[in-house]
Parts: sequence; C-alpha cells; structure tokens
Amino acid sequence: MNVLVYLIPISIFLGGLGLAGFFWSIRSRQYDDPDGDANRILTGDYDDHPKP
Amino acid sequence: MSEVQISACPACVAAPAAEEAAHARDVRDTRFVLSLPAIYCAACISGVERELTKQPGVRAARVNLTLKRAQIEADEDVSVDTLIGALTRAGYEAYELDAGAISATETDKKGRAILTRIAVSGFAMMNVMLLSIAVWSGASDVTRDMFHWISAAIALPAIAYAAQPFFGSAWTALKAKRLNMDVPISLAILLAGGMSLFETMESGRHAYFDAALSLTFFLLAGRYLDYRTRSVARSAAEELAALEVPRATLADGTVVSITDLAKGALVRVVPGARVPVDGIVVEGASELDRSLLTGESLPVEAGVDTIVSAGEVNLTGPLVVKVTAAGEDSSLHRMADLVAMAETSRNKYTSLADRAAQIYAPAVHLLALFAFVGWMIGTGDVRHSLNIAVAVLIITCPCALGLAVPAVTTAASGRLFRSGMLIKSATALERLAEVDTVVFDKTGTLTEGKPELSNLREIPPHARGVAMALAAGSAHPLSAALYDATRAADVIPANVTNIREVPGQGVEGELNGEPVRLGRATWLGAEALSQTATYLKIGEETPVAFAFVDHLRDGAAEAVAALKRQGKDVVLLSGDAPAAVADIAQRIGIEAWDAECLPETKALRVGELTRSGRKVLMVGDGLNDTAALAAAHVSISPASALEATRVVSDMVLLGKTLAPLGEATQVAVSATKRIKENFNIATLYNLIAVPIALAGFATPLAAALAMSFSSITVSLNALRLRGKP
Repeated sequence: MNVLVYLIPISIFLGGLGLAGFFWSIRSRQYDDPDGDANRILTGDYDDHPKP
Repeated sequence: MSEVQISACPACVAAPAAEEAAHARDVRDTRFVLSLPAIYCAACISGVERELTKQPGVRAARVNLTLKRAQIEADEDVSVDTLIGALTRAGYEAYELDAGAISATETDKKGRAILTRIAVSGFAMMNVMLLSIAVWSGASDVTRDMFHWISAAIALPAIAYAAQPFFGSAWTALKAKRLNMDVPISLAILLAGGMSLFETMESGRHAYFDAALSLTFFLLAGRYLDYRTRSVARSAAEELAALEVPRATLADGTVVSITDLAKGALVRVVPGARVPVDGIVVEGASELDRSLLTGESLPVEAGVDTIVSAGEVNLTGPLVVKVTAAGEDSSLHRMADLVAMAETSRNKYTSLADRAAQIYAPAVHLLALFAFVGWMIGTGDVRHSLNIAVAVLIITCPCALGLAVPAVTTAASGRLFRSGMLIKSATALERLAEVDTVVFDKTGTLTEGKPELSNLREIPPHARGVAMALAAGSAHPLSAALYDATRAADVIPANVTNIREVPGQGVEGELNGEPVRLGRATWLGAEALSQTATYLKIGEETPVAFAFVDHLRDGAAEAVAALKRQGKDVVLLSGDAPAAVADIAQRIGIEAWDAECLPETKALRVGELTRSGRKVLMVGDGLNDTAALAAAHVSISPASALEATRVVSDMVLLGKTLAPLGEATQVAVSATKRIKENFNIATLYNLIAVPIALAGFATPLAAALAMSFSSITVSLNALRLRGKP
C-alpha cells in the first residue's frame, strides 16, 4: 500500500496540470467563439503560407 | 529636399508590410461592431473579413460566428456607412451596433468566472470520486480514513470557492425572507460537506464529499448554460437599442440633443431624415412617410401649417419645423404610456421552472426535516438521523430544474438564433408554445414598406427611358423603385437635360426641347389611380401611370402558410387603406383582415382576442403596433423596427426574412414538451430514490449513481431539440 504515497500526489498533480491548462485556455479567450473556430479550420486562407 | 527623401524612404518600404501584419492580428481597440444576421459558414467568415480589411483605414476585423457579429478596428476617418455599404454590395446583410453599449468584456468576465468555477469543481469531483471508488470497493480502517482526509482536503476548499454563486443567491433570498431554488441547494452542499467532515473526524464509514462536489458541478453547468443564453440575448438586445441617436438640427445648422430643445424652436429636417420632434411646418414643401406611426404605405403631402409627428420620415424637400413638443412630451413618448399599461399584465406570467421551484423548495426542506425528526424519534441517534437527512437532501438534487430547463432553453434558443431569431425574454418560448392566434401588421412586417413597380410591361418603350432618366434625379422612394426596376429591365436612359426636383410635386426636365415631368397626378393634370402610382408626362402626350405595389417581405407567404398548417388563426390588422390591405391579404392568403386601424384599435382588438380565451402572437414593426405588441401574449418584431417596438417585443427577427416564424412556434412547442418530460423523469426518479433514502438504505455510492443518472438523462433528453423536431 506504500505505493499510494507516490501515486496519490502524482494523480492530483496531473489533474492540476489539466486544470491549469483549462485556466489558461479561458484566459486566452478560446471559448468566445466556438462556432467560428469550428468553421475557421475549413477556410483555405492560410493553406499556402502561415498566418503572418 | 534630400533629407525628406531619406526619412520618407524607409517608411514607404515598411508601410505595406506593416499593413499586412495589421490585418492579420486580432482586434484590440474596437471602433465599430456590426451585426451580421445572415452569416453561417466558413466562407462567410473569410468573405466578411476580407471585404472589411480591403477598405482603406480598416486596421483589423474579426468575425465572431457564435454571436454573428464583426469587431472592427479602424482609423478615425472611416465611416461605418462605407463599411456596411461594402458588405451589402458583397452580399452580406449588416447593421451597425453601438460599440459603447456592448459591455462585451464585462459579460465575458462573468461567463469566464462561472467556467473557472466549473473547472475547479470538476477537477475536485474527479479526484474525490477516484478516492471514493477505493472506499466503496472495500478500503477500510486507516486507509479509508486517510482517503476521507485527502478527499476533505480537496473538497472543502473547492466547495468554498466553486459554490459561492449558490451561497450568495441563497443568502440574498433568506435575507428577504424568501425561499428560492438556491436555498435547498446550499443547504445540501453545506450539510453534506459538514457532516462528511464530522464523519471523517470520527472515522465513520460514509462520507458525501463526492456528492457535494458533483451537485455543485452539475448545477454550475446548468447555470452556465442559462447565463450563455441570456447574455447572447441581452447583449444583442442592448446593441439594437443603440441604433438611434436622438439629435436634431436647428435652422441655423447647429446640432443639439433632443432633450435640449424648447417649444417654439425651429428645426431643419433634410430629405431622407426622420422628424425628431412633434411640430408644425413653417417653411418648405415635401412628402412624409408616416408608415412607422400609422402603417400607411402612401406618402402624405406636407406644406406650411402641416402638423408633423416625431418618427415620420421626410422624403423630398427640406422642411423647417416649429417644435410643439419634444422628447418626453412627443407622440413617440406618449405611446410608451400605452405600452407600460399593457406590460404590467404580461409580467404576471410565471415560467414553468419557477412554478416548479415554488413547490420544490419547501417540499424538499419538509422532507429532510421529516426524515430527521422521524429517525430521531425512532432511534434517538442525532448523528444517524442527520446523515439520513443529508442523504435525502442530496438525493432530491434539483438537477431537472437546475440543469434540464437551461439545457432545453439553450438548445432551443441556439437553434432559433441560427435561423435568425433572437429570444429576449426568458419565458418567451413557453408563451410562444401556447399561441393559437397570430396577428400581423402589414407595412414593414409582411411587406418591406418598399414600393415595387408592377406595370413596366404596359408602359410604352420610349416612356421607360425618359422615366428612368428623371427618376435618377430624385431620392423619393417611388423614384428609387422606378429607377431600380428600369435598370433591372436593361432600359437605356433617355437624354433628359435640366433635371430639377420640385419639392412635394416631382421631377421635371427637358427632352429635345420638350418639357417632361414625373410626379404627382395633380401636378400633371392626370387622372389618379386607386393605388400607389407616379405619372409621366412627355410634352403634350397623355400622362402615363407607373403603378406600384408594396414589396412582400421574404418568407412572408411561407411563414403564413406554415402557421396556418399548424392550425393557428392568422389575422392582418393594418393602419393602411382598405384597397392596399385587401391586396396584400389576398396575395399572402389571409382571410381575416382589417384596415385603417388606429394604434388603440389594434391594442383593443388584441385585448378582445385575449379575453375570448385566445393566446395571441403579435408580429409588428411600427410604432402604431407597439401597444398591441405589449398587449399580446407574446410578440415578435423585425430588426428594422423602431427601438420602442423592439424593446416591447419578446423576440427579434435578425434577418430580413419572416421564414423562421413557422419554425419558431414548432421549436417552442417541442421545447415546452421537453421541459415537462424532464420534470416527469425527475419526479419518477425521486419517487423511487426518496423512499430508499428515507428508509436509511442510501449509501454514498447509491446517491452518486442516482444523481449522475438523473442529470445525464435529463440533459440528453434536452439535447434532442438540436436536431429536427
């Protein structure tokens, strides 16, 4: 059972990483226009060259 | 000289590159916001953005497809009209929104705060659930206690942070000595957390940390959906309200706010502008379009001593108006009294969810108290009795109310928003579902309020070219319609010279030395037709009449047909003349119609229908419809309507077409059906689970399973709305 001493902190840390990632995505306004983002990947605007 | 060249050169090399980069970056300092009701696809996004960034002075443009709007960053000298013009030419419908009125950043902040709380409660819920599964599958003694302690360490701070919206709302309600949905929710979360902590300290077997967290998580999700629906509707309604700026130009050319105008002031009204005040014409001759106030589609002649009302549109010549009433006293504002009266009657409507909550909150408290008292009498064990009361509170989780209703309304309003309809009122969908009679206004609602030339084929060919040349010289709506029709028919304009507009009469010019005139029947000595028409006289020839019909709004016929198919009675009430109303009624297929209705008559007719037990949906755009819109059970107005009209409407049609009406009523009916189904599912689940909890057989595992199952069932049921009904 001693393995729990490592595993529980590790699992909580990994979950915390996910949480931090989600906070970052909220901060950088990635949920402001879900419909637009879903459609934008379909445009061919930056197929030939990257977005400057 | 050379110095100038040296300093200028690097700049001009750098300029195009800088411009390129500017177009691609995100909009930071928004100057304009446009509403784009008709965009729906990837091609629309890049089309609009490309069209906007092509305009000189535009630094960046970004389309938001979810909100159907574009944010534009531009230089000071860029006018919004040129941007809208460019988009219209490219085929995208666009309206200006007041960037100042859009508190976008403010509302976003609130939405992000809820999302953050959801994330925290979700993270804590998953971790605690993992530990709980270990406990449920048989961890015992020290291991179980340790797991409980870790759960407590995660759960208690998470609850303290994430459940704040519920605590806050419950506290406000309690302070006002009321009960709302958040009181039982807060009680369940707090008691579950507190009891579990106590059990952990006493190394008890059951802890409800996971239940407290999942309750928080599910209900926050519901709250977020609710918030999203409301914020989309609210912000769009705010923006539309910002379309009109109440200003007036004085006779000496200075521009003042309407509130600063005194009685007796002289106000200049240029052709094409809206009359800002009530008054009397003291100078000039023109024609007035009264359709927004009265529903008349024919322009009315105006000269010295004509009484004008705020909201009328001046068509041909400049007018000077002496103010008799401005701002609060004007006829525009008197209409507001009628509206206020009608509004109070409608505010009595309580939504299904509120009615359910009124029964639910006391019932849950009584049930939990009953469980506690019952077990106290039976066993005398406070700890055990309290545990059972907590289990009852958790099991009766109001997920059907807190999650299912927002999920249904979000799905329904999202679907209607995609087809171009905005729901402003929270209870509008439920009220729309009950509608059995639909009352339409004519001018501006069923029709576009724009004349359309109807008899071009009967006009002699030589007259067509002359009429086209004369019509090009005037801004009058009939001239504009005549010009558009002839251009569409590839008519070549005749060589008419000396074209001059005669205010209030028409346009005149010369063709090969002969005088030609286009205008009113009386001016030309022609015999007037019974319908809207303009007349052309070439030299001494007999005048030729150009007849016009009101152009039907897109989707009007489909909407009426769809409503009739659904078994609803359709009525047309118009302030216009009988002949014009009869013509439209016949073209569109409405049997019941009434012409020459005053604003009061319309409201009265709607009131009569309501008293006879009908649930009336009123669709109208004019100021003369405002009272009727407010008196109806539910109301819809097009985006082109006046501000006052849109304010009293429950829903706004964002695009030009009326076609979404038929779909809206259908979606409303199925949404209400889903809400009721969800209540039934929740009741059924409580009927099974509550007795088990009362009997003391509910374990934390059972509570978690039951709660998750009910939440997921009602949410899935709600999502069925997204597809076809």
